[in-house]
Amino acid sequence: MTPAAILIPWARPAPPRSHHVPPDVVHLSDEALIALAAEGDEPALAALYDRYGRVAYGLALRVLRDAALAEDAVQEAFLAVWRSAHRYIPERSKASTWILTFVHRRAVDLVRREERRRADQLTDVDSVVGGMVDEEAWLRLERERVQGALRQLPDHQREAIELAYYGGFTQSELAERLGQPLGTIKSRMFTGLARLRELLEEPDHEPERWQTTRSTT
Amino acid sequence: MADDAIHDLTAGYALDALDSHDEERYEEHLATCERCREELAELRDPVAALAYGATSPAPPPALRERILEAVHAERSNVVPIRRRLPAALGAVAAVAATVAIALGLWAASVSSELDRERTLLAILADPEATSIPLEGANGRVVVTDTGEAALIVSGLATAPPGKTYELWVAKNGEMLPAGVFDAKRERDVVRLTRPVPPGSGVAVTVEDDGGTDTPTGDPIFSAGI
Repeated sequence: MTPAAILIPWARPAPPRSHHVPPDVVHLSDEALIALAAEGDEPALAALYDRYGRVAYGLALRVLRDAALAEDAVQEAFLAVWRSAHRYIPERSKASTWILTFVHRRAVDLVRREERRRADQLTDVDSVVGGMVDEEAWLRLERERVQGALRQLPDHQREAIELAYYGGFTQSELAERLGQPLGTIKSRMFTGLARLRELLEEPDHEPERWQTTRSTT
Repeated sequence: MADDAIHDLTAGYALDALDSHDEERYEEHLATCERCREELAELRDPVAALAYGATSPAPPPALRERILEAVHAERSNVVPIRRRLPAALGAVAAVAATVAIALGLWAASVSSELDRERTLLAILADPEATSIPLEGANGRVVVTDTGEAALIVSGLATAPPGKTYELWVAKNGEMLPAGVFDAKRERDVVRLTRPVPPGSGVAVTVEDDGGTDTPTGDPIFSAGI
């Protein structure tokens, strides 16, 4: 069949390129937005950024401790989302997980390249941005939920996970830093993540009540 | 490192905490180890949730503009490359997800069309289906192994008064009518009323309301199966 290339006079003109997100995109699921991005739909990517740009930036800032580098990491991550959108398989992972995996990867790549993470203690990012963190309410709740779950982990597991994820340390570096055999670090990471998964999946996660029974072994 | 020890790299990989040598080895291993793939899949969500454990100050507004400009600059490079490639199953599933959403909203308001939509969804969600990009318009035709087919097209103008779009299955030089439709929304999804056998094509023309038995004009867009 010959490809048709004739123009129809009443064809709708291409929408003007603006960064405004049209209302018909705003209500779509994350998965649908990625599918649209895979078709080259720029407003869909803008909508994904509006949903995850903030948490992405917060994560990158936490890992990199530098606003300019954090912006670079977020930009590279969303470009990677754009380029890889056609490979996203909704059955295999949540859209938010897929996007944030790119963000973390870029942040860690940058921190290793820049040697930025060598600040010895993992201070919270509040101190980096001068304590002026204007956070949306639901993000604050989500942060409390995750931090509450982290607090339920035995200290050694939490430490390994936090230093790896927020600090960008490799497990070999952690073994050296913590003076533990590599195998111990690996098993702390694995056991900790498996437990974290259970904690985050519990429907009525109430960290305040659980703190009384928290294990510290 | 002993070979069975490579399974122990799953958590480190999920946390992006492997050095590049281990990472390469683990990725190679992942391609052949179902157990590790499953374990990794289970760790992905809790790891990504850690992102929410950091405080989230608002990024500078200029970052959004920069990203969208970079995306726009890449657009012309990305689309043609993808169109040359055979459609991956993932793309089909992703399109199905899009359509499921669109249909979900649609079904709520037009309940009498539910059955039709269920059939459409069955086609679009079929993992064995083939997805062929349109030539001349944005969208694709999805065809199952049994020849059941659906058209997804975006950005189509509303047909002028008294006109409609008509679908055709082209086989051995013959054009067989496969249903009419009106462009209603940003993205239209239409089931073909006739199966699309291997080696045939799908085309769309503009015809008088109600459609015809033979096309009266050139196709405005098409897909080769």
